[in-house]
Amino acid sequence: MGLFVTCLVDLFRPSVGFAAVKLIEDAGCAVDVPMAQTCCGQPAYNSGDREDTREIAKATIAAFEEFDYVVAPSGSCTGMLKKHYPALFAGDPAWESRAAEFSKKVHELVSFLTDEMKVEGVTAKLAATATYHDSCSGLRELGIHDQPRKLLASVEGLKIAEMQEADVCCGFGGTFCVKYSDISNAIVTKKTANIETAGADMLLAGDLGCLMNMAGKLKRDGSAIEVRHVAEVLAGMTDQPPIGGKL
Amino acid sequence: MQITSPTFKANSAKALSDAQLQKALGNVRAGFIDKRKKAVDALPEFEALRENGKAIKDHALAHLDLYLENYEAQVKAAGGHVHWAQTAEDARNIILDLCASRGVKTVTKGKSMISEEIALNDALEAAGVRPVETDLGEYIIQLRGEHPSHIIAPAVHLNKEQIEADFRRVHTHLPADRELVEHEKLLTEARAVLRAEYFKADLGITGANFLVAETGSSIIVTNEGNGDLTQILPRVHVVIASIEKIVPTLEDAAQILRLLARSATGQDMSVYTTVSTGGRREGDPDGPDEYHVVLLDNGRSSMLGTEFQEMLRCIRCGACMNHCPVYHAVGGHAYGWVYPGPMGAVLTPSLIGVDKGGHLPNASTFCGRCESVCPMKIPLPKMMRHWREREFERGLNPAAARYGLKAWAFFAKRPSLYRFFASLGIPALSAAGGAKHRFSWLPFAGGWTKHRELPAPEGRTFLQQWAQREARKQEPAR
Amino acid sequence: MSARDAILNKVRASLGAGSANRADTVRDRLAGAPRGLIPERGQLPDAARIDLFTTQAEKVHATTERLASYADLPAAIAAYLRSKNLPASIRMGDDARLVGADWSSQPALEILRGPSDGNDETGLSHAFGAVAETGTLVLHSGGDNPTTVNFLPEHHLVVVDAKDVAGDLETVLARIRGKFGKGQMPRTLNMITGPSRSGDIEQKMLLGAHGPRALHIMVVGG
Repeated sequence: MGLFVTCLVDLFRPSVGFAAVKLIEDAGCAVDVPMAQTCCGQPAYNSGDREDTREIAKATIAAFEEFDYVVAPSGSCTGMLKKHYPALFAGDPAWESRAAEFSKKVHELVSFLTDEMKVEGVTAKLAATATYHDSCSGLRELGIHDQPRKLLASVEGLKIAEMQEADVCCGFGGTFCVKYSDISNAIVTKKTANIETAGADMLLAGDLGCLMNMAGKLKRDGSAIEVRHVAEVLAGMTDQPPIGGKL
Repeated sequence: MQITSPTFKANSAKALSDAQLQKALGNVRAGFIDKRKKAVDALPEFEALRENGKAIKDHALAHLDLYLENYEAQVKAAGGHVHWAQTAEDARNIILDLCASRGVKTVTKGKSMISEEIALNDALEAAGVRPVETDLGEYIIQLRGEHPSHIIAPAVHLNKEQIEADFRRVHTHLPADRELVEHEKLLTEARAVLRAEYFKADLGITGANFLVAETGSSIIVTNEGNGDLTQILPRVHVVIASIEKIVPTLEDAAQILRLLARSATGQDMSVYTTVSTGGRREGDPDGPDEYHVVLLDNGRSSMLGTEFQEMLRCIRCGACMNHCPVYHAVGGHAYGWVYPGPMGAVLTPSLIGVDKGGHLPNASTFCGRCESVCPMKIPLPKMMRHWREREFERGLNPAAARYGLKAWAFFAKRPSLYRFFASLGIPALSAAGGAKHRFSWLPFAGGWTKHRELPAPEGRTFLQQWAQREARKQEPAR
Repeated sequence: MSARDAILNKVRASLGAGSANRADTVRDRLAGAPRGLIPERGQLPDAARIDLFTTQAEKVHATTERLASYADLPAAIAAYLRSKNLPASIRMGDDARLVGADWSSQPALEILRGPSDGNDETGLSHAFGAVAETGTLVLHSGGDNPTTVNFLPEHHLVVVDAKDVAGDLETVLARIRGKFGKGQMPRTLNMITGPSRSGDIEQKMLLGAHGPRALHIMVVGG
């Protein structure tokens, strides 16, 4: 099993990576982390730079294709590896089939645990009320909706309070949030309003980009709601300060 | 109409600070989404119908030349006339000629986005012909000198107080002290005013949701019945439609009709679905004497065979914009031309050029909600990305973004350099974040920190820590 | 070159259209007019299908009533007009099933014949058929049932034969083809699903936009 850490987790939130390692190991898998990994290439891909994206994709495929499984703690990076890499190499005789083979091995962390490793529950405990945001790529590209809720339901002491419009974008969108920061702000403002009215003291999601965006907005507005990656809670690893710190 | 798509950012800023507009946009979020979901959930075959709809349109587009020829022959056989227009200007001239040769003074109009696309009303007015929009929403915005902000709900950006003010300003033949606060009163007044116009009109113009090759028919779908009065009362009925509206048969139209209203308004069927073929027949006591179709290309034929061909499946239901967080935030006018929302973000650069419409496909989070609700399964985010690729290839995106991207890609392609610099920079940045673990401001991060805090990195990178952990594991064996 | 040829040439060039069997494919499709997927919803035995039709029509704010035979029609119409405080007058075309009813049983009822000029409160039409799946009436133009009667009066009363209530739209379209001939259509075919409405003011749904405010359906027989 090769862990694709994702650049945001690597740089900003290593504890998500260690939580992923614990969860995967608990499920009975040996974890390897190839050093030759950087980013999945989405910033280039979504900016229209196919050439650089292909180079990054080739390097990522080469670094991971020896594994039986490739797992990433992010719906959006998983979507890139699984859905968009094959599209990038359509018609390329050398890489099309390689990307397709690679694609089959790629899984998002939580759905990997439930759907591939048949994990029914976790042993973590946490006295909190959490609300869960469905990140767009995870939900619509990979169909991740029930899996995190199922595992969160097994966390002792944890209550889930669903927010309105949990499936609506948080306004992150990669470079969108800085290129169109005012529109992004309008979108995340609606999102944090839904988060606040859900009556939870903790916000969870499966994508660090969205989490940093929502945490950044909540903290700017002086909200006490703590923000964490779902893996941290499932692994019982919540001793690190939450994303964006406490109030 | 003036194109303001190049100033999309300024348009959006204005929209975001318009409290009235923001309130009205709440009606889109509240009104359309639940109704659509309810209607879709109530039809178990909906997903399979989406596949069928897509296949029908793909087939029709792949054989478009042949179906157009058959369609034309059938219109003629039914006594109608077909006029081909390569450009917006050609289409306007055809209609102006029809008006001039028939001494037309007043034209009633059913709702047509093609009419907006070719800026028909301006041309008619300039030629001394009075155009009267009859769809309630279109009528309201015509009174205001505005353009639609939504393809099926053109006046969605307005509230009833604004509409009341417009009616009082224009309907001066009515008593000034009349009661006009209730929604119903506004509707009744518009109904009465427009009823008179239908009878005055010499020529009626409608759009078309479908053109049926088998029968030479045009099909319109409305809830108000305005499109019907527009076409049955005047002497001349002119249909204006773009070439991709073709479907092979009535059965094909029936399949797509099951998708259209559900996706648009959450109805199983719109109130009026009307199939029109030619002019009045012998023995018909009513209906128009003449039936004309203006077939518009205006760039569509150039989209065929490209990565944008799939956009021509669009049936203009509006579901993409109804579910778009960007549309919800800025409304339709910010997009700066005729077609807003995700479908507009793909279509606009095709029709007015990516140099003018380039912002639109960039102003998307790629959240994918549009594609997930599109009845024709148009991969809208993918096509927006294609526009970004075209822009990138032509060097149209801003230099700063380009250099930033290139610098980032330089490291992303070199894992050891990436690790080296990250291991230096990230712990320093983490330390700078201090006890709060976040930044309110950072150089070069103004786009982020303008509205939000930037969460600080935890400390050393994951790869740094992992390498160390693995090295420690190896130690006893050494 | 004509605009027509320019457009068609461009379409062909963009599609890279060359293969000979494209024309055959199109000819077959037009000739066969294959039906797509027909939802289960309307595929019901006679009685249940008619029930579904009235249920669906009522869901979209039509009112419905069942009549045993055409003999009951004049009284039913008089009762409707009275219940809505409408003038005892009704506009209709030349449809023999309507004209042939025994109107002498309602001597107070004024029968106006021919197309509507917009001055009628109430119009009466006979539908060609109906669709249970969506509660839709299907009417076509002609002297029997002028199209203006469908749209200009405030109240539209429509009679449909129970035997003409189909499960799905495709069945009615096939009957239209049977009546008018393959590839031939009446000038206007109206599919009507409920009374006229608009949501253009603040997305609030209001009945009675430009067409009838009320749609009353009378299913005869069955």
